[in-house]
Amino acid sequence: MSDEYRFIGRSTRRKDATEVVTGATRYVNDLKFAELLHGKVLRSPHPHANLKSIDKSRAEQLPGVKAVLTWEDVPDWKGGTPRITRVLDSKVRYVGDAVALVAATTEDIARQALSLIDVEYELLPAVFDVDAAMQPGAPQLYEQLPGNIVTPGMPAFGPNSLREVVMGDVEQGFGEADVIIEGTFGYENIPNPIPPEPPGAVALWEEPNRVTLWVSNQASYLDTIILHHVFGRKVEVRTHGAACGGSFGTKLLSWQLQSHAVLLSKATGRPVKLIYSKEEHIAAFVLRPGSRMQARVGMKKGGTVTAVSGKWLVDTGFYSMTTQAQVAVGCGEIQLMTRCANWDLQTAVVCTNRNASGGVRGFGGQELKCSFIPLLCQAMEQLDLDPVEFIKKNYVKPGDGYFWRDGAWYTYRGIDYSDSMEQGAQCFGWKENWQGWLQPSSVAGTKRRGVGVGVHGNADIGEDSSEAHVRLNPDGSVLLFSCITEHGTGQRSNYVKMVAEVLQVPMERVSITDADSQINPFEYGPFGSRGTYAIGSAAIRAAEDARRQLFEIIAPRLKARPDELDTADGVVFVTADPDRRTSWRAMGHERTILGYGRFDPDFTLANCMTTFVEVEVDTETGKVDLLRVVNATDVGQIIDPPGLEGQLNGCLGSSGIDSALFEETVLDDRTGHILNANMIDYKWRTFSELPSIDNVVLETPVDSNRFKAIGVGEVATSPGPMAILMAVSNAIGVWLHEYPATPERVLKALGRVKARSHTGGAA
Amino acid sequence: MATAPAEKRPPAKHVSLVVNGRAVELEIGSQPHQISPSHTLAHTLRETLGLTGTKVTCDNGACGTCTVLMDGAAILSCMTLTVECHGRSIISIEGLADGKTGKLDPLQQSFIDHTAFQCGFCTPGMIMSAKSLLLENPSPVEDEVKEALSGNFCRCISHYQVLRAVMAVAGKEA
Repeated sequence: MSDEYRFIGRSTRRKDATEVVTGATRYVNDLKFAELLHGKVLRSPHPHANLKSIDKSRAEQLPGVKAVLTWEDVPDWKGGTPRITRVLDSKVRYVGDAVALVAATTEDIARQALSLIDVEYELLPAVFDVDAAMQPGAPQLYEQLPGNIVTPGMPAFGPNSLREVVMGDVEQGFGEADVIIEGTFGYENIPNPIPPEPPGAVALWEEPNRVTLWVSNQASYLDTIILHHVFGRKVEVRTHGAACGGSFGTKLLSWQLQSHAVLLSKATGRPVKLIYSKEEHIAAFVLRPGSRMQARVGMKKGGTVTAVSGKWLVDTGFYSMTTQAQVAVGCGEIQLMTRCANWDLQTAVVCTNRNASGGVRGFGGQELKCSFIPLLCQAMEQLDLDPVEFIKKNYVKPGDGYFWRDGAWYTYRGIDYSDSMEQGAQCFGWKENWQGWLQPSSVAGTKRRGVGVGVHGNADIGEDSSEAHVRLNPDGSVLLFSCITEHGTGQRSNYVKMVAEVLQVPMERVSITDADSQINPFEYGPFGSRGTYAIGSAAIRAAEDARRQLFEIIAPRLKARPDELDTADGVVFVTADPDRRTSWRAMGHERTILGYGRFDPDFTLANCMTTFVEVEVDTETGKVDLLRVVNATDVGQIIDPPGLEGQLNGCLGSSGIDSALFEETVLDDRTGHILNANMIDYKWRTFSELPSIDNVVLETPVDSNRFKAIGVGEVATSPGPMAILMAVSNAIGVWLHEYPATPERVLKALGRVKARSHTGGAA
Repeated sequence: MATAPAEKRPPAKHVSLVVNGRAVELEIGSQPHQISPSHTLAHTLRETLGLTGTKVTCDNGACGTCTVLMDGAAILSCMTLTVECHGRSIISIEGLADGKTGKLDPLQQSFIDHTAFQCGFCTPGMIMSAKSLLLENPSPVEDEVKEALSGNFCRCISHYQVLRAVMAVAGKEA
């Protein structure tokens, strides 16, 4: 920790701490509204069908029902990329697709009304596999997407949005290789982060064209923009971001749920609350994309990768909103971890008749690397390479370049992460435990231990734009305008901390506005790990701008130049003569000072997380226990130690490490139903099964913003899954390539049980 | 804490219970101000009594988020019918701080001091489960804390900081 700061790097109390521990924090479902109606969605039991007829008359007659809406009742509002998915359609494309909406005076009545809607379906054949979906004659989800292949590219990233990695000459590269490995690997178990708070929204429509929403989203400002486009750019949208009870990327966008609440409010003229049940949350909300990679890699004896070619297929479910963005970011991230001159990696985003994929922590890169690193491991085994040495050699170094999400080439100007990798390896005891590929680190009876390592990093830390205002009041208090919801990272408090540091006022004197899109300037939202560098820079610059204005106003009174002044605790003084001083009140009672700060995208810095794991496998039962985790990273400068620890400990839960051990969404590929859409059948780690976690955090100053810091929150989940497969394979001496490493798969790999044909996951 | 009334059998149309030290009489019926026999305690606390500090995650008894104390022991309020609570004393997260002084329970203060939360949604349930343990066993060892909290779901992984927060007050309760 640096001693030069008063608040930065110190453990400070979260601004919302008392509210959290007393139950006073207001999540969307805790807000009170007069005349509130409750919304419910009738969902399709079929994976693919045309709606031949819908009779809603019985439902409409139920006392307490205020509106029943079907596709015939609603405007032609559409979302998706491309924008082809109607808010309510005449066709359903997955089990759970919205058929009708109900608003009623109570939840019970709304639920009862759903059962009174009579729907006649014309069933259509369905497809659940990406390869099958691309075959001639496969069921087609949209006329606009022949072969079920989604239009490549993310328009928001510009016309050259990254959709492939192509450079150099792969044939020449393979010619230089000492070993060439080819194979197909996947990460298709759809692990779900399942934040505890269900997705929800309250909408209040005001004629003729204005709507206000209270949302549980991670990036509430973005909702106003997304919904504005979904609503044909004819509706004025205002959002209030409530506290967000966990997101892990999934609540970046909730346009369907929000649109449904808006339609019901428009139809009734009353506020309508729509909160998903846990079954809807798991079966009808955002899923992680499926990833399947057929690829070929060439490698030299020293671990130099000479060529990568192949195809990355991404299952987006019944439509895509952000999947092309995940492909773009994933294509960038794979270059960050593989210093290779020759690439021909193609991609395709494919629609299938399951619930849609969307943003999830790891955002493309985790999915791609969970498929790619098992392939690299085959080559490393052939060459007897230590994976830690490989990672150190191949992670991006200053001066290296990469194509990023907009298709442009960037030269990396960040730090070399080899030190953090090395120190992580020492903390873990890698050298003592690594016995070579497919070699256990120890054996005791039926218990075999193995170790593994994974790496992940992202140049998203400087992505997109942020704006902030900082208002100085004559009484020495400060108000930060930043449209940020608190979704668990503590960043609202961290921006307060940054502003307090710039202005040298106690954190108690700094407040932050609610996440109201009408009073705050533009904010893309805390996507990825952009919070510290991107959002933080806007707050810092706004505070610096306010400070500069304050000095200009007060300088004449102190008979000094503005650049000779400093401030602390609401007092401005001459730096060289601190007795020449005056309080902020000298700005005048009838004045506030408003500073403005902006951050513009910068893709020349990247973060890095290396995760080491040790597992113990019982070869009798096939059970895998996670014993130990070491995360190693370098953050430039720690902003808040306990907050950072929380983010790094998050490596286990929100579909991170545990997605390689037991977490999976089981989709029945005969019926399209998700079989474990509840929290008993969807497995999650309990307090009784906690491994030891050590976090090795270096602080090598980075040329980012005033505090030389970068974010790492998002990437904590990503290196773990591939490390687990490596560790389990080493423990049992046989390759295991499918996620998660359930007892059944372990015993199958050991030849102790016969493979059975199964649908969906291994549960 | 108030003691439960001696009369355990509910009168025909009422449920009487004590919530956070205050006597509450609820009518059974189908009007908005009444409670239905099918209402869970979680629903009654949140929707009828306005005590939204108790959160609901799974509504299925699987995650511990809705945990409250009934006569001092942790229960899942989403799996408890309000009509079952006649004559009982319920403490929710709103009832932990000292009602007169507003002073936080030492456990709540420890959660703040250890930043034992991230998104905070599971936190009230965590605190209530831990409170129940400490009432029964004021000086638990760490494994006992883990066991007591093993039904509480947290996705941010606040577990490590929660353990520290609980262990910091273990053995120090009045």
